[in-house]
Amino acid sequence: MSMNLALVLTAATLIGCGVYLVLERSLTRVLVGLLIMGNGVNILFLVAGGRAGDPPIEGTTDPAAMADPLPQALVLTAIVIALGTTAFLLAMAHRSWQLNANDDVQDDVEDAAIRRLAAADEASDSHDLATAGEDEVLTEEGA
Amino acid sequence: MLALVAAHFVAAAVSPWLVRGLGRRAFLVLALVPLLSFGWALSRTGRVQQGDAPTEVISWAPSLGIDLAFRMGALQWLMALIVAGVGGLVLLYCAWYFDADDPGLASFSGSFVAFAGSMLGLVLCDDLLVLYVFWELTTVFSYLLIGSEPARRASRQAAMQALIVTTLGGLAMLVGMLMLGQQAGTHRISELLADPPTGPATTVAVALLLTGALSKSAQIPFHFWLPGAMAAPTPVSAYLHAAAMVKAGVYLVALLAPGFADTPGWHELVLLLAICTMLLGGWRALRQYDVKLLLAYGTVSQLGFLLLIFGVGTRATAYAGLAMLLAHALFKATLFLVVGIVDHQAGTRDLRVLSGVGRAAPVVFATALVAGASMAGLPPLLGFVGKEAVFGSLLDVARADDRQDLSPLAGWLLLGGVILGSVLTVAYTARFLWGTFATKPELRATQFTPAPRGFLVAPVVLTVATATLGFAGPALTSVFEPYAVQFPPGAHAAELALWHGLGLPLLFSALTLLLGLAIFARRRTFGRLQAALSPSRTADGAYRLIMRTVDRSAVEVTGLTQRGSVAAYLVVILVVLLLLAGTAVLTALDGPRTVVAWDTPAQALVGAVIILAAVFATRSRRRLRAVILAGVTGYGTALLFVLHGAPDLALTQILVETTSLVVFVLVLRRLPVYFTDRPLSPRRYLRMVLGAAVGIAVTLIMLVSTGARTADPVSTAYPEAAVEFGGGHNIVNVILVDIRAWDTMGEISVLVAAATGVASLLFLDTRMSTIRRVYDIAATEHLATVPTGPGRRVWLPGPRTLPPDRRSIIFEVVARLMFPVIVVLGIYLLFAGHNNPGGGFAAGMVTGLALMVRYLAGGRYELDEAAPIDAGVLMGTGLFVATVSGLAPLAFGGAVLQSAQIDLAVPLIGNVHVVTSTFFDIGVYLVVVGLVLDLLRALGSRIDRQILRDEREAEQEAVR
Repeated sequence: MSMNLALVLTAATLIGCGVYLVLERSLTRVLVGLLIMGNGVNILFLVAGGRAGDPPIEGTTDPAAMADPLPQALVLTAIVIALGTTAFLLAMAHRSWQLNANDDVQDDVEDAAIRRLAAADEASDSHDLATAGEDEVLTEEGA
Repeated sequence: MLALVAAHFVAAAVSPWLVRGLGRRAFLVLALVPLLSFGWALSRTGRVQQGDAPTEVISWAPSLGIDLAFRMGALQWLMALIVAGVGGLVLLYCAWYFDADDPGLASFSGSFVAFAGSMLGLVLCDDLLVLYVFWELTTVFSYLLIGSEPARRASRQAAMQALIVTTLGGLAMLVGMLMLGQQAGTHRISELLADPPTGPATTVAVALLLTGALSKSAQIPFHFWLPGAMAAPTPVSAYLHAAAMVKAGVYLVALLAPGFADTPGWHELVLLLAICTMLLGGWRALRQYDVKLLLAYGTVSQLGFLLLIFGVGTRATAYAGLAMLLAHALFKATLFLVVGIVDHQAGTRDLRVLSGVGRAAPVVFATALVAGASMAGLPPLLGFVGKEAVFGSLLDVARADDRQDLSPLAGWLLLGGVILGSVLTVAYTARFLWGTFATKPELRATQFTPAPRGFLVAPVVLTVATATLGFAGPALTSVFEPYAVQFPPGAHAAELALWHGLGLPLLFSALTLLLGLAIFARRRTFGRLQAALSPSRTADGAYRLIMRTVDRSAVEVTGLTQRGSVAAYLVVILVVLLLLAGTAVLTALDGPRTVVAWDTPAQALVGAVIILAAVFATRSRRRLRAVILAGVTGYGTALLFVLHGAPDLALTQILVETTSLVVFVLVLRRLPVYFTDRPLSPRRYLRMVLGAAVGIAVTLIMLVSTGARTADPVSTAYPEAAVEFGGGHNIVNVILVDIRAWDTMGEISVLVAAATGVASLLFLDTRMSTIRRVYDIAATEHLATVPTGPGRRVWLPGPRTLPPDRRSIIFEVVARLMFPVIVVLGIYLLFAGHNNPGGGFAAGMVTGLALMVRYLAGGRYELDEAAPIDAGVLMGTGLFVATVSGLAPLAFGGAVLQSAQIDLAVPLIGNVHVVTSTFFDIGVYLVVVGLVLDLLRALGSRIDRQILRDEREAEQEAVR
């Protein structure tokens, strides 16, 4: 099977730009990056499906001349899911703006708390709850 | 046998209702289940005695060689009697032990009965892996029982400790079982014992199995969990830690000994640890003030004793072991129950406080005295019979060479250890009896409320058994025979009896008694000696150290890897992609490959536009510009789809892209114009490098993977199949609604989830967005009411709610005219999609666009006029329709999501060809329309309202 250079270069550029954007802090930029990257990946599906052809509608053309329908069905699903993702991330950006007056992706506070524990050489809270503390039952002679 | 075990679990499941209805009297009902099992086992005594073990096999997982196999030999018979009998009695006892209003009663009773059932299953099953399942069930239920007072730190701690230690042993055991099963080619225990495998792998397997047994039976170095578990309520201690759970380890050793006692390492491991445990337990029991803990350490000691006897593996020790097993269960359960009564009636278990209890409660005292005497090995009780047999059998090992692989010296050492251990046993028994019941002149008599009679039933019954079974030596000998004959006969014919004649065993018994009492008499001197010898490091401390170390390393590792920043995780993922996939591709670059520049030159042209748009989108600092440029890449992609021969994709992509843009704009009006006012960070160069590297890697991966493809695509058969089975000519649509309909099913579920997420982020408290029709609005001066009677009609009713400067009459007119047309187009696409470009997704998006036009022209009231229905209802209906049409084929004997073609003769219209998958597509359509409507309501109407509210608040601020 041969590779379609025009399509692959387009897709690679889209993915490269997408990578640059998703590493940003602003959620809107991350979303734009995700969309651009998604378009790139969808194009890669076309490349993986082989050469261009006629629309895969039986009866209108010879099956041998058709483009591969399977990657198309997979991409169709991806396109619609992308709409759901977009809407959800936008709603998150909006909510983040409402709460924090910016749409930056926040660092996880729980992870930061664990890092503080690690820096202070301490055990976790659950460990203290489960095992630490003096045993009130054990009473021994001479103890 | 399976039925008996299952009955326990059924009883456990209904016990919460029983407790709710009957209160603590529910225990009396629940006790029937184990007592019934006891009766059943007792009724099979004759068969067991003749060596005709009752067997039951139910095929479970034949492909894995696991069957629900049950078999009751003599050992299993004895264990079943102990487990069921003591279990039933302890349940009876619970009815008096607990307060009627104890809130934990329901869960406690359930866990207890389930535990009894697991234990019964454990001793009756004949399959290693089934045994493992029951083994771990006992672990889990014991965890729940020990931790039945979760508010107390000691209770939590003890439960966790028991769980961790026994699960650790259990896992080792599982590995051992699998290895053993692999060696022997069967998991059936009876077959394994009949023909035990040998070899290094078996040695390792047996050592692992023993690890499990030793941890369960609280042997050194695992001995610390058992005294800790005494934090549990006393009935739990009496059952789990005297008769049931810890006996599982003893049972396993007794079970394996006939086949594997000659495995290298068996004797060293079992005998050494067991003798040390016996001595350590006795030693530490003598130091306890809490009489329950004293008994707990006594149990540790006795478990060592039992394991030692079974571990030796001669015919005589087999008899002795079974007798001791029975004796221990009877006297230890009694003593715990007695402690429970004293604790309950006197309110303390501290022997420095208790005084005069024996005088106040003579029946309790008498019961404890008999049980204690049996523990110390006094005639004519069962404990004496067992101990005599032990001394006799070990003497035979030392003098008569009953086991060739144990030297006479080892025999003497064992005998010496057992005698020493028994001396300690006598001493701590005396300490227990004295501490609990004696009248101590220096103390005030303890307040002791007389115990109700029912409370005493269980300990008294057990004590009667202890006393009478002492005289039943010959009967026990005969019923234990089928187990004992698995071992080679010894120098002397072994039998259990009260009187063996004057000989060394009797001398040893007398000696232990005298020495033990001497230690008790000089207890102050001995206590000082113990304090002087007390070690500063304990196994319990080591356990805590290990647990803390594990937790600390977990914290360090988590702190190191979980940076909490999305970007950091993404970088890790992308770098791994570069390192693994990138390296793999570089090594394969010399493979076959062909490259064409394009299929049509137009591809390159469109590609160039897309590339430009992407690059500028990346550089943009304005939100809207970036979004629009991203939209350009999307429309460009749609063009590429057209050029590639994918009209369905192009149609859907354009619709989605348009909807996305509108949705973006709806949200972006609330966000700042520029992304950020932060200065550009130098780290962006790193991001650029990473982006470029990933782009290059993707190119190379495509180069190699397209070149590597040799097989025909799986879809070559689809065109024919689509028409024949799917009844449609548009292959992509048939794939979506038929061939890969499960994917679509998952997808629409995701859409519903996403829409619900959006709605909950915007509406926060309620999912239902209220729909307000125009005629609901109260008329104000700048708002004319909608004419309800005949007269001048308006193009759209909604826009009059908008301020005049936001209205556009032309847009309203166009929207009014276009709306029905677009909706009809959507419905056409829905039904045409099976044979032509279109389908549920595209149709839903088109209809969504129609709604969007109405919203944009007339605001949120217009949207409610256009679709006076809740979006959630729409999506729910869609999901329901899709699911029902997916499940419907089942009713006609088909598979889920199978489609059928029906030809209907409709009057006037003629022959109508219906493919059932169309109904599935209708479901998809409804979900997508609901999604768009939801987005418009949440991101449109809702944000409109928020803007309005903010404006009003600002006005009010200004007025003030």
